[in-house]
Amino acid sequence: MDALLRLLTLQDANTRTVLLGTGVLGVACGVIGSFAVLRRRALVGDAVSHAALPGVCAAYFIVGERSFWAFLVGALVFGVLASAFISFIWTATRVKEDAAVALAISGFFGLGIVMSRMIQNQPGGNRAGLDSFIFGKAASMTMSDAGLIGVVAAVVLLVVALLYKELKLLCFDRDFAASLGWPTLLLDLLLMALVCVCTVVGLPAVGVVLMVSLLVIPGVAARFWTERLEVMLLIAGALGGAAGLLGTTLSATVPAPESGLTRGWPTGPLITLVAAAFFVISMLLAPRRGVLADLIRRVSLRRRLQSQNALLAGDDRSPLPESPHPTDRPRGEAQP
Amino acid sequence: MSTATPQPSASSAPKTGTPASPSAVEVHDVTVAYHRKPVLWDVDVQLPTAKLIAIIGPNGAGKSTLLKAILGLVPLASGRVEVFGKPLKEVRSRIGYVPQRETVDWDFPVDALDVVLMGRYGKLGWLRRPGKADRDAAMHSLEQVGMAPFAHRQISQLSGGQQQRVFLARALAQDADLYFMDEPFAGVDAATEQAIVEVLRRLRTAGKTVVAVHHDLQTAPEYFDHVVMLNMRLIAAGPMETTFTAKNLQSTYGGRLTILEETAEAIRRGGRER
Repeated sequence: MDALLRLLTLQDANTRTVLLGTGVLGVACGVIGSFAVLRRRALVGDAVSHAALPGVCAAYFIVGERSFWAFLVGALVFGVLASAFISFIWTATRVKEDAAVALAISGFFGLGIVMSRMIQNQPGGNRAGLDSFIFGKAASMTMSDAGLIGVVAAVVLLVVALLYKELKLLCFDRDFAASLGWPTLLLDLLLMALVCVCTVVGLPAVGVVLMVSLLVIPGVAARFWTERLEVMLLIAGALGGAAGLLGTTLSATVPAPESGLTRGWPTGPLITLVAAAFFVISMLLAPRRGVLADLIRRVSLRRRLQSQNALLAGDDRSPLPESPHPTDRPRGEAQP
Repeated sequence: MSTATPQPSASSAPKTGTPASPSAVEVHDVTVAYHRKPVLWDVDVQLPTAKLIAIIGPNGAGKSTLLKAILGLVPLASGRVEVFGKPLKEVRSRIGYVPQRETVDWDFPVDALDVVLMGRYGKLGWLRRPGKADRDAAMHSLEQVGMAPFAHRQISQLSGGQQQRVFLARALAQDADLYFMDEPFAGVDAATEQAIVEVLRRLRTAGKTVVAVHHDLQTAPEYFDHVVMLNMRLIAAGPMETTFTAKNLQSTYGGRLTILEETAEAIRRGGRER
């Protein structure tokens, strides 16, 4: 309770740093993740974030210390490798895309675990902090980590603001964008690079395994509340930020089981659970696209039909109910 | 194939925008392969300007691929393409495109006007947002296809025919001289089909060229002036009256002979029921 009070009043400088860091990370991930979801790259994003682990390990092997820029380059290189691997398997063989993505996620993650164990067996290897990169440990976030998150978030939001129109068209209709002469491959790479950058700065707080939850869930949940992309991005950013804040708060205040020490929980899973709760709430309660709203609509339609049928039985003149899609055949009908 | 030989059209009509160039599109010995399997084989065809041109052929004949090859959306294994006597890169702004409706996610969080505005993106250039003039142009395009009342409808709440009209409006907003349409009549209702036909005729009157993949052999001679018959290789290309013959249909569609003969016979008799 005492810990909660200290946390909520932001007395602790370290707590401030951590909360600020995870909150801002959530905003950036929610926004860029929405585009990844709309581009149907959610799982590729997962592969890219899993590939960050062997990426930072390789960087540590080469540089020999914990360095943001080395980690970033390593994660980017491996992220590109992972997406290239997926497209290669997909185009060069008859393996389907989902299987190729599964291969990439597990393969790169396995490699990352092996490499991180090798580093921890080295003298001084613990200082790399790689153990916390798997499930995240926001409490170990330093001031400079949080600063980097801030810089990355600013860059991500700026790119999205500047290239909003380009990313929108890329996600909606890539062929049309290409017909305008746009470099769609570069735009796709940029999108994945931004996902990659968010993953790298998010590693200490969320970890590679669950990074995808912060990228995917806010966008998917936000989609329930709106039919407009701008609004969806705003809501996704807000939900992502809230998930980061709440998840970190929980991890810092709920006592961990064995030791009874506070801050014993890994933050990644708690942030993920909060985000998942947002999703469930959105799915159930969203006014138009939600499950409950849909149920209510169906029940009331059935009621109307029943009463109209009852009327029709006695009176032929009652009009038939209007169909919601009056004009033509169902969508997506196959053509001969 | 010497590339040094100047095209007659290119040398006689160096200026763009004039009907002096007889060919809107010149496809020279184009071969396209997916997964090393050829889809288009050595296609050599010229498409005239200010005509409505149908590309017909059986499933898997490479009709969409030919459009994509001209638009530079698929890599050419060999050959080259010229549009208005120039390389594609120089004339992109004069080209409009209507992809197949099924290729996009219609649950995307945008409304009809947003989609049509995308037709203005090519002219806007990087980083710039569409302004009021673009919005007006997009609304005007929606009016032309009879979709103005649906401008602020989310696109998943439109019927298939309405979605197709939105796609057509987006191409109109591109304000192009040459339009490529991939099965614009696929899965649409009668009202939409009529609306599209009217738009196509207005485009032709305005001197624009339309190249469309078309499936319906019954309506092809009525809607289009010129035909390209394709079955991996080019079977025939030319004005509808002289090219759309039973013999050419037979070589294009192969085995499914009887139906085709009946169709061609019906067409020859002028029995256009639609």
